[in-house]
Amino acid sequence: MIFFLTKGLLRDKYRSLFPLIVVTAGVALIVLLQAWIDGATGNMIENTARFKTGHVRVTTQASAKQSRHIPIDLSLTEVEHWLSILRDRHSSLYWKARTRFGGILDFPDEKGETSAQGPVVGLAVDLLSSDGMERNNLNLKNALIDGRLPRNPGEILVSDLFFKKLNLRLGQSATLISTDMEGGMAVHNFTVVGSINFGIQALDRGAILTDLTDVQQALNMIDASSEILGYFKGGFYQKDDALHIAKTFNLQFQNFEDLFSPVMKTMREQDELGKMYDLYESMTFLVIAAFVFIMAIVLWNTGLMSGMRRYGELGVRMALGESQGRIYRSLLAESLIIGVAGSFLGTLLALIPAYYLQVYGIDVSQMIQSNQGVLLSNVMRAQVTPLSFFIGFIPGVFATFLGALISGFGIYKRQTAELFKELET
Amino acid sequence: MSGEPIISIHHLNKKFPMAGGNFYALSQINLSFQTAEFAGLVGPSGSGKTTLLNLIGTLDRASEGEIKILGKELGQLSTKEAAEMRMKVLGFIFQTHNLLPIYTVYENVELPLLLLKWQASDRHKAVMKTLDWVGLTDKVKSRPPQLSGGQCQRAAIARVMVKGPGIVLADEPTANLDAENSHSVLQTMKRLNQELKTTFLFSTHDEKVIRYLDRKITLEDGKIIEDEIQNK
Repeated sequence: MIFFLTKGLLRDKYRSLFPLIVVTAGVALIVLLQAWIDGATGNMIENTARFKTGHVRVTTQASAKQSRHIPIDLSLTEVEHWLSILRDRHSSLYWKARTRFGGILDFPDEKGETSAQGPVVGLAVDLLSSDGMERNNLNLKNALIDGRLPRNPGEILVSDLFFKKLNLRLGQSATLISTDMEGGMAVHNFTVVGSINFGIQALDRGAILTDLTDVQQALNMIDASSEILGYFKGGFYQKDDALHIAKTFNLQFQNFEDLFSPVMKTMREQDELGKMYDLYESMTFLVIAAFVFIMAIVLWNTGLMSGMRRYGELGVRMALGESQGRIYRSLLAESLIIGVAGSFLGTLLALIPAYYLQVYGIDVSQMIQSNQGVLLSNVMRAQVTPLSFFIGFIPGVFATFLGALISGFGIYKRQTAELFKELET
Repeated sequence: MSGEPIISIHHLNKKFPMAGGNFYALSQINLSFQTAEFAGLVGPSGSGKTTLLNLIGTLDRASEGEIKILGKELGQLSTKEAAEMRMKVLGFIFQTHNLLPIYTVYENVELPLLLLKWQASDRHKAVMKTLDWVGLTDKVKSRPPQLSGGQCQRAAIARVMVKGPGIVLADEPTANLDAENSHSVLQTMKRLNQELKTTFLFSTHDEKVIRYLDRKITLEDGKIIEDEIQNK
């Protein structure tokens, strides 16, 4: 009987083609949207974690309260001690100290006179150690545009935009003018060995990258850093684990009386990333729910039209002795076939542009004016994940089934006593 | 006539509620039909012919009295049992053929056997044999829109006969056919009635059909006014 019904489905385009087009289009849109939202969210979170928040972040309590202002004077002291504790107790994460700082970078000419100067935002990380973790974490190999990565103390990387704007050259001396941890003036000389482009507008405007030890010396921060970041070794943020680790750490070491005591925050707790992430998740859910609703209404309508077209057929089947329940079940089975086929086609159709958007992306750098909280890439990309392969099947099959479920109720309203009349008109 | 009747009807009433009382579509009907009868309910429109066919065909329920088919009282059957009775024992032929246009003649005729869950090989034998009876073996792969009205009605008869029903209920089966096709269809039914011993019960006021009947039951205002044997 299933073969018989399938043959009918294939031959009757009104019964199969129109619902199939609706399901395919709906599913394709959902899959594409999910891949896009996933890509944009994932990219934003990954960037923010890599450059700013870590998966968890330890700072002083005072610094945590003013995290947007790079308060170098509120940095964490006894960093090696804290690193040792963290590595010992939470070995599921890599722990690295970093310092973010601000200042002016001055480029003198041969005579020692300023030839170029500009404000910079600096990031000091462990660039020189043999583990290469930070180099990998910041993807420096790919970000390097010109020159080489620092190999010796005193060497820095400058953002490519800044490099070109100030017409700099490799090997040029640069003087950082900033404030040290005690609030005094700090002046330190560096050598520019390379230019980098992270593809993130917020970083590429005027960033410099130095080794942590250099900045500790330059800004009088011996055994101090503005933060210690932790990254899960698996590479992925684990919400519950991060929360548990932060809670355990804070219970033991956070001292509300001492503003310089350490506090650990998870990625979600920083810069309202959690809210933003939840918002994206809600958006995805809402989009899917809206599509299911709209598709169910369209398919319900299609089911009603199909029911009217097939009024005679269903009547004949009842006259032949097929029970109303069995006819209803067969309509649901047909809807399942349409739902599965439409979901398959829609998914396939969406994965092609989604993959294209994953590889090439869309350049949105012109639209990004300034962004303090999250780090958005210049090129937004979709992300094809395992979820992309089956997320469309949920609304695709469900909406089709729901549409048939509602429209099929009409079968039970039909009076067999009217069959002769109905089938003779 | 002798033996246990295939259909027996006793004190049958069918009433419909109307403003100011009940309208009796059928009143005090007592009838019985033997196996292989070729009988017809005759009368003007509104006389109760189709209502009686509905009741015998388990499509509707009697208000009072009883109908038995093969000894089973139809009033006692659940909806599901009534559907099963239609599937196994009864067959319907309508004014219009009601063939499913997207299926071939073969597939249309095969449908009742699919519902009865017959094996594929048995289905094939039965369908081909039935199409041979009605003279449509050359139209196996044709679809209804490709057939003439008479061929469609013969295919509809094949769809009914393929499962070997005990009783065929036909409501004005030649109403949409010209004289030539009407005779052809009636001859086919008469032949099947004689060869397969299937009971045919018609509802008609068509003189062409009436001439073929062995038994003519005339209804008027829901009552039997005449029950006569003819052609024997």
